[in-house]
Amino acid sequence: MIKARGLARRFTTKTGPVDAVKGVDVDVAEGELVGFLGPNGAGKSTTLRMLTTLLQPTAGEAVIAGHDLLTDPAGVRQNIGYVGQKNGSGQDQRVADELEFQARFYGLSRHDARRKVADLLERFDLQGLEKRGVITLSGGQQRRLDIAMGMLHDPRLLFLDEPSTALDPQSRRNLWDHIRQLKADGVTVFLTTHYLDEADFLSDRLLVIDHGSIVGEGSPDELKQRVSGDLVVLGTPQASIVASKFENAVVEGEQVSFRIPNGDRALPGLLRDLDNIGVELHSVQVHRPTLDDVFLTMTGRSLREEANAA
Amino acid sequence: MPPRNLLGDTWLVFCRVMLPVVRNPVAVVFGIAQPLLYLGLFGPLLGEGGWQWFVPGLLVQMALFGTAYAGFSLLPEVRTGVMERLRVTPVSRIALLVGRVGKDVVLLVVQSLLIMLAAMLFGFRATAGQMLLGLGLVALLGIAIGSVSYAIALKVKLEYVFASVLSATIVPLMLLSGVLLPMSNGPRWLYWLSRINPLAHVVDAERSIFNPGTVLYGLISVAALVLVGVFYGVRTFNKESA
Repeated sequence: MIKARGLARRFTTKTGPVDAVKGVDVDVAEGELVGFLGPNGAGKSTTLRMLTTLLQPTAGEAVIAGHDLLTDPAGVRQNIGYVGQKNGSGQDQRVADELEFQARFYGLSRHDARRKVADLLERFDLQGLEKRGVITLSGGQQRRLDIAMGMLHDPRLLFLDEPSTALDPQSRRNLWDHIRQLKADGVTVFLTTHYLDEADFLSDRLLVIDHGSIVGEGSPDELKQRVSGDLVVLGTPQASIVASKFENAVVEGEQVSFRIPNGDRALPGLLRDLDNIGVELHSVQVHRPTLDDVFLTMTGRSLREEANAA
Repeated sequence: MPPRNLLGDTWLVFCRVMLPVVRNPVAVVFGIAQPLLYLGLFGPLLGEGGWQWFVPGLLVQMALFGTAYAGFSLLPEVRTGVMERLRVTPVSRIALLVGRVGKDVVLLVVQSLLIMLAAMLFGFRATAGQMLLGLGLVALLGIAIGSVSYAIALKVKLEYVFASVLSATIVPLMLLSGVLLPMSNGPRWLYWLSRINPLAHVVDAERSIFNPGTVLYGLISVAALVLVGVFYGVRTFNKESA
């Protein structure tokens, strides 16, 4: 669905050229739900804008949904759906009007447009809002309307830019369900996010971008396995004794933490061994590596801090 | 999928921006409040024969103010994701501009017609043919100024910058056009300044439609303005949509 090679974008600024994206390769197969993860300013949106014809690449080439990005941008536009970071419906418009015009912009006849609008209103739980002004919708409703606007021409490939930003937890969850349903219907989805839980929950596969380059790729689980082992945290008065048994163990008061592979399976034996040497334990925790650990290992930065700062 | 055509796209874009106006036409009425005030509170100062001279100028002033501010309607659509969303559809970039300008020109023509009819109550005289020509010239000027307004709005993106750009350009254009008082009343330097203002020629032409005189220079001016304005607008919309 997406095959991009060496896609790059250089911006000319007053202080000199800035390479926002430095030659990325992106491959997405049909039916995949791929998350594009990275901190703010990493080049996510710039890459997405290039893939969706909004921004001309300064180098590289791509075939999107069967059409060449450089020689046939109109063909690309006709065959992809795009839902931007910000709300795409006119604040002075009514819900059904915006949907119908959007369908007509994609070349549907008035009759087909109306039928498709009714269908999508139902699919995205927007029935009854047809005549409401866009400005009166809740954040979650506006977001669902945005996605419906991207689906009017039944694209096989949908781009979502930071779909759940600024939504409350309940609306996020609801949005995620709708996105998974799209995938179940066979739509290929490419979404950017800087939320780890979102990337984790939704994606079959992740591309991690930092400083304009792809720094990692794989399923959420594969990426997590790259972090060497699970984090085990033991509470014990004999913290230093325990620490001496494990590499790179960290002692904090009566707490010792270290990483071991497959922590969940290793733990029972490990606890028996500690019991045998007379170590007294009052708490045990095992943490699977999070995507944040992954990100930290790959880039030396925590994505969570970035997300909080945003 | 049917093949795309510029006319169809333009019509769709026009309908999309026209619909909220049709649904809530109060704005159109408010739009003629200002020219009505000029008509009622300034026009009578010019005396008995003043109407034939003043009303055509007022129409040009409406075209200037009405369409120069048109760009403001684009700014919220740029700031939210509306323009971006439209640019990812296969709709022609030219249609995105021309459809919008079309809405402003239609509103302008409707408002100008209302003002002409109102002026007739005061003593303004015009035949149907004159009115048609007069509206045509106003519409052309509106196309030129509207296109430039949208292009500038797309470039500056911020309301307060756009507002200062507008007031810095519109006020001198208006003062030097002779809308309110004849430029020939003033000193020679001021008169010559007005001669390099294309709008002054459009005002002269609009007056010549309703009075004896030549519309030639005004037509040349307005044709040049339309060419330059639409070219600049289309170029900006194409570029910013790269």
